Parts: sequence; C-alpha cells; structure tokens
Amino acid sequence: MEKTVNHYIDDLRDSRVWRSVFRGGTGSSPLRRSLAIQQNVFLHLFSTKVRRRMLSFSATWYLGTLTLGTFFILVATGILLMLYYHPSVPQAYADTKDLQFVVSSGMFLRSLHRWSAHAMVFLVFAHMFKVFYRGAYRPPREFNWVIGVILLLITLLLSYTGYLLPWDQLAYWAITVGSNIASAVPVLGDRIHFMLLGGNMVNANALLRFYVLHCMILPLVAIFFIAIHFWRIRKDGGLYAHATEPATVRAAQAKEGR
Amino acid sequence: MAETDKHDAELVPGTKLDRREFFVKLGLGSLAIAGAGTAAFGYQFLSPNVLYEPSPIINAGKPESYPVDSVTLDVNSGIYLIHSNEGYFALGAVCTHLGCLTAWKQELGIIACPCHGSKFKRDGEKVEGPAPRPLPWFKTWLSDDGDLMVDRATTIRPMEFLRV
Repeated sequence: MEKTVNHYIDDLRDSRVWRSVFRGGTGSSPLRRSLAIQQNVFLHLFSTKVRRRMLSFSATWYLGTLTLGTFFILVATGILLMLYYHPSVPQAYADTKDLQFVVSSGMFLRSLHRWSAHAMVFLVFAHMFKVFYRGAYRPPREFNWVIGVILLLITLLLSYTGYLLPWDQLAYWAITVGSNIASAVPVLGDRIHFMLLGGNMVNANALLRFYVLHCMILPLVAIFFIAIHFWRIRKDGGLYAHATEPATVRAAQAKEGR
Repeated sequence: MAETDKHDAELVPGTKLDRREFFVKLGLGSLAIAGAGTAAFGYQFLSPNVLYEPSPIINAGKPESYPVDSVTLDVNSGIYLIHSNEGYFALGAVCTHLGCLTAWKQELGIIACPCHGSKFKRDGEKVEGPAPRPLPWFKTWLSDDGDLMVDRATTIRPMEFLRV
C-alpha cells in the first residue's frame, strides 16, 4: 500500500527521538489524544476534553484566547524593541525616534506593540463583559473572576508604565498626573509617590523604575496569574455553557435531527 | 491527631506547649520577624538616599529685568516671577491638582491649567477647580549680588511682597 502523508507523520511520531520528547504515543484513539494534552507541560493546564459546542465562535467569541494572542505579540515585539531602547534621559526619546525612522522595521514593531496594547485592553474588557453577561462568573467560577480582575489591573498597569517609556511630552505629563493621583492616598500618599518615582519628580529614576516594572516585574506577575487563570478553567468544570444559549440549543436540535 | 499527640507528648519546660506546637510557633514567629525585616529593607531600598534633582533655590537674575505689572513663567523651574505694583513675588506654576504646568493668559489676566481646566488669579488665588488649593507663594530675597532668589521648598503667606 502506498504511504500517505499521515503514515509518514505516524512513523515520525513512532521514532525513538520523538517518543523521548512526546510520550503520548501514536494513533488517534481517545486515550492517545487525552495523553497528548495531559502529558504536555503547557497543555496540561487545560481540560483533556471539551464540549464541541464550546469551541464554536458564538460560545466565547474567543475573547480570552485573543487576549492571550495580543499578550504574546506584546512579549515578542517588546523584547525586540528592548534591543534598541535605553531607559535613560534623554536617550530614551532619541531611541524612540530612531525606532520610528532609522531602525529597519522599527516603525512596524513599535506600532504593532502599541496597537496590540490598545487591543489587549479592549479585549480584556470585552472578555469581562462577555463573562459577566453570560453569568460565567458565578460559583464555582467566582475565584477565577477575581483572578481576572487582577489580570485586568496588571494589563492597565502595563499600559500605564509603558506610556512613560517614549519620554515625550505626552508621556511626561501623563505620568506626572498619574503619579500625583497616588499622592491622594491618605497618610501614605506622598511616600508611595516618592517610592514609585524614586524621587520627587518624574525624572531618570522614574523612567528606570517604570522600565523595570514594564519589562520585567509586571510581565512575570501577569504570566503567573495567566497560568492560574487557565488552570482554574479546568478545575472549575470547564468553559461555562448555559442551556438556553443559541450554541447549546442548536447542538441539541442537531442531535435530535430537526 | 492533636488529641493523641498531646497525651503522650511532654510539654516544653516553662510553657504549656508540646514539642510540635512549640516548634510551629517558633517557626511562624521567625517568619513574621523575617517578613517585617524584608518589608523594612524593601522600603529603605526603594527610597533613594541621594537624589540628583535640581536645587529648590533658583537665581532669577536682576530684578530690573522684570518690568512692572509683568508675569514671567520660568518653564524649567516651574515658577512665575511677578512684578506687581506692590512689589515682587514668586508663585508656584505647578497646578495643585495633579501637577501640570500652568500658563499665564495675558489677555484674560488669569493663570490656567491645560490639563483639567483649573484657573487662578495672578496672586495664586483659586478661581475655578478642580484644583484643591491656591498656587503657593515661595520665599524670595535678594542675594548679596543683588540677584532675585527664590526657594521653591519654602512657602510663605500670600501678599508678602519683596520690595526692592
């Protein structure tokens, strides 16, 4: 019998090297497919089984997945931007200009980073509205809603800290105003303001602190909570499906052959 | 489990705790002390001891360079030097709302903030919010060389003019 592409893929998956990396084995039996998810360090966060209708667009509008997608774009473009950016005064502004007008594809990467950041904030809100109006925040998923609120705050803080980095007039005054809002905290306000900026005014220390927060601390915290967020979907019984949802109703009708 | 343990366990001398309770308390206490130390260390580390910020004291040059009835904004130091009929005074140009730099509107005779629309009179008095306070008056004096000096770190009561 002539070998098809699938046979070659099966041969590859049966090879010793492949089996040393992926232990799931060959074939497409339900067991093998479960093992492919369960034995993968990244995928094991998710359920091995999902209701088919929950994968339809109408069930979730893929808003959570799209948010993760923008996060990946932001990490990739952000790391590349870091290669040309010095978080120092006044070099930061010149580097931003260089990225726009001198570095090959710099304009593309910077714009992609900026637009993805806007899209991520929009998608996070859309995701939360969708979850809210579906009622998917209710028990047993209430803790995952709390994690989601934390992720919303991290997203906004990432936007805020990233806003200072171009070191232009817009950035300077936005952070001046924003950090002065922190001063309004009772009793501790001025100390929080001082520690946030590393001084009394938006200056070189503030730029460096926001840079470290933006490129290191906040992304790591975000990844930590994203992992918990995904793992909790499985632990809380999978994606939420309501019996009256169109997707659910259509699936039921299809089953009855109407 | 604690019940059966307690029957057999000897109490640590001088306490009412058995060995396990004693070590749990000792461990938690050590962690609490270490946590407090970490918080103190963190606060101290994150607060810079030396700042490379501009001095609060400004040399504004010769008083004669400011004509009578004029308002001069120094963008870099964030102050207005105002020569009124009553004398000289220095007014903070940083809005008391959220720290934006205000601007003198000659045609309207007011100081206005571009960020959120606060308005002040020329003597710093608030005309319109959201600013919570009037603009501060800073201490002014003449140096030995006859230069006009301003200390941005020291506020004085309004209407204390410097007469030259």
